[in-house]
Amino acid sequence: MFNTSKQSLQQLSDLVVRGKLSRRDFMTRAVALGVSTLAAEHMLTTSALAQTPKVGGLLRVGAPSASTDDTLDPATLDDSFDILSCYGMLRNNLVDIDERSTPVPGLAESWEASSDVATWTFKLRRGVEFHNGKTLTVDDVIDSLNYHRGEESASSAKNLVDQIEEIRADGKDTIVFKLKDGNADFPVVLSSYQLLIFPEGTRGAEFDKGIGTGPYSLQYWEPGVRMEGKRNPNYYREGKPHFDEVHVIGINDVVSRTAALQTGQVDIMSRCDVKTVHLLERNPNVQVFQVTGTKHYTAPMHVDTAPFDDVHVRKAIKYGVDRQAILDTILLGYGVLGNDQPIAPTMRFHNPDIPQTQYDPDRARHHLKQAGLSSLDVNLAAADAAFAGAVDTAVLFQEHASKAGINITVDRVSEDGYWNDIWLVRPWCMCFWAGRPTEDLMFSSAYEAGADWNDTRWANPRFNDLLVAARKELDENKRREMYYEMQQLCHDDGGAVIFTFAADVQAASADLHKPDQVASNWEFDGHKVAERWWWS
Amino acid sequence: MVGQRLLFGAITLLAVSIIIASSVELLPGDVATAILGQAATPETVAALRKQLGLDLPFYQRYGEWLWNFLQGDMGISLTNERPVAPQVGERFANTLLLAALAAAVAVPLSLALGILAAIYRGGWFDKLISSSTLIAISTPEFLVGYIVIAIFAVELGWFPPLATLRHDISFLERIYVMLLPCITLALVVMAHMMRLTRAAIINLLASPYIEMARLKGVGTARLIVYHALPNALSPIITVIVLNLAYLIVGVVVVEVVFVYPGLGQLLVDSVSARNLPVVQASCLIFAGTYVSLNLLADIFSALANPRLRHPR
Repeated sequence: MFNTSKQSLQQLSDLVVRGKLSRRDFMTRAVALGVSTLAAEHMLTTSALAQTPKVGGLLRVGAPSASTDDTLDPATLDDSFDILSCYGMLRNNLVDIDERSTPVPGLAESWEASSDVATWTFKLRRGVEFHNGKTLTVDDVIDSLNYHRGEESASSAKNLVDQIEEIRADGKDTIVFKLKDGNADFPVVLSSYQLLIFPEGTRGAEFDKGIGTGPYSLQYWEPGVRMEGKRNPNYYREGKPHFDEVHVIGINDVVSRTAALQTGQVDIMSRCDVKTVHLLERNPNVQVFQVTGTKHYTAPMHVDTAPFDDVHVRKAIKYGVDRQAILDTILLGYGVLGNDQPIAPTMRFHNPDIPQTQYDPDRARHHLKQAGLSSLDVNLAAADAAFAGAVDTAVLFQEHASKAGINITVDRVSEDGYWNDIWLVRPWCMCFWAGRPTEDLMFSSAYEAGADWNDTRWANPRFNDLLVAARKELDENKRREMYYEMQQLCHDDGGAVIFTFAADVQAASADLHKPDQVASNWEFDGHKVAERWWWS
Repeated sequence: MVGQRLLFGAITLLAVSIIIASSVELLPGDVATAILGQAATPETVAALRKQLGLDLPFYQRYGEWLWNFLQGDMGISLTNERPVAPQVGERFANTLLLAALAAAVAVPLSLALGILAAIYRGGWFDKLISSSTLIAISTPEFLVGYIVIAIFAVELGWFPPLATLRHDISFLERIYVMLLPCITLALVVMAHMMRLTRAAIINLLASPYIEMARLKGVGTARLIVYHALPNALSPIITVIVLNLAYLIVGVVVVEVVFVYPGLGQLLVDSVSARNLPVVQASCLIFAGTYVSLNLLADIFSALANPRLRHPR
């Protein structure tokens, strides 16, 4: 009880400092909560202090998904441990994504597009230095981006840079991108965690030296175990970063991660165990926070394969699944309902007007009848490689859908090779999407006809026309209309049952200053915790 | 005898390497799909396979690996392009240190407890020791680890819950952070050794020569240490060595719980990434450990047993 009141008081005092609550109101509420005026006064002072970044100290991050196979090679970054090290600390992008998911200047200080948004001109920031003292030039930028392009590329970002026709330097500090087709969101593409800038010619094992322009320089790197960075005194961003040192410690086991936070061995962790997080919340030295971003769980059906080729069968399945029950039992409420379209509620052009699909066995039966069926037998492949709890979710699917005459056989498959042998191959399986920062990237990754990862094999002509048109549209309102319609099309006709958006549940030491707005694109404040946070 | 055993050991290792290589080959997916995961496209997978030489046929890749291995070159890790030998070597040193520390706690303790339990067999001390070690061995290792963390790290705050090692850490600090995994492992292996010691000694205590010694007026301590123990050593040595082998090769769960960078963790990561050179090196070290410890057990048993030393 004391804790909750203390926490809410803290929030109130933060409001005063930001001028959203009067001092008098604060005092009245503080006294109502049973705090002496003296203590309340003290709280206000500490809050005011906390708003001014404090420099110094050591931040230790307990990161999941660490593997001895991790590298600092931007082409093969795959999960928190290496992304946080590489993208969050050592290197920078031309364009940054801020905590509100807006593209802002990074190593490029400005940019402009041609009227058809197919030619983009970026001005490089001057006088930026790599950790080894070398000055950043346009050649470094071009080599860093070309590393992901071309036939030989084995980069996970190859898809993103395939739209680039040509990159060339124009003078000493200008880079011109010619795209195959117009793309109004191109700056966001350049903010992808793989598209980091390194000194020209860095290849292979050289990457593990971690040379970049980032806020921290590499002191120690042992794959899957630990990464240590020291503040880069020449960092191009004035007044950042705030910590003297940041250590990233790989702790894959969630119980160990939690124990490490509780005992002060690490200062921040992600992927809390939602089953026990309420116990962690009781700890006065810990602040728990959750962010619902673009992460979503889906069950893609191949719309070119019977029986999923009938839209009524797809609808029957969409109505035959109890999303609320899945959210409550699998995610224990940490998330929001999905509505069979992949644009998250936090995104710019999310369409809030589409009615939420609810569990309705009668309606599901009705759609089955429309498809000319009295009952339906289907296979659903699942493994926890898709997401933690995927197999249990499939069993819930089976349970719910049986009431609508849909008999689902859950095919439990091997976790190894899931993304290669099951996903994209089986007509219906469980899937996970980390999401994408823009509507265009999300749709063109997984819903555009012919896309490599189009896991529903959906090819809706109207949708594809809109996608191409919206990509080039600079008028915000027209764009919104188009994306709204595309979401509706996905919802009505698409092959993916998108049942929940999952929250990132994270916890940090109570003494860490957490910004008011925490980024929702990735965990650890968009992996930028080392740059944006400080010790209060 | 030793020479012959060494030869068989080498053949065993060769067979192990073939089995490992072919089983990794049989697993679904390869290192290219493992690295790229959900982000794989057919082109990037093909490009990566070519870069890593995975497009060559299996026998050719194995032959090349074996040839290099026989010349002392363990190769380059497929995922992080680092040489395998130092990587595996460092991890193996960590594993050995933890195993040695755990053994240093567990072996004397279980011998002593086993002997005491044999002396006071049937009494409350025997029952207490037997049941508590049985509970410890029947509890899954990770749970023992969690309980140890909950008590000594979270509640009492005596030890850190993580045994993750910093490079510049002093030896004493290293021992300090390793104490919790060491206690966990000791709890897990003690039951086996302690119960076998107890059983071996009780067996002997019923034999006529012990009866004779007792009638002669030999005290309990002398009776156990000078008369019973030497004859019980052979089975005890075998079980100790078996447990030592377990401490080296079977502790990956404990490594994960305490975030200890040992060889088991490396092996598990490498198998899931299909990183064959590292898998081979780790498995051969494990297999080699088993082979040599077994050899050692036989040698010590022979030394402890005059009948084996001087066959008629």
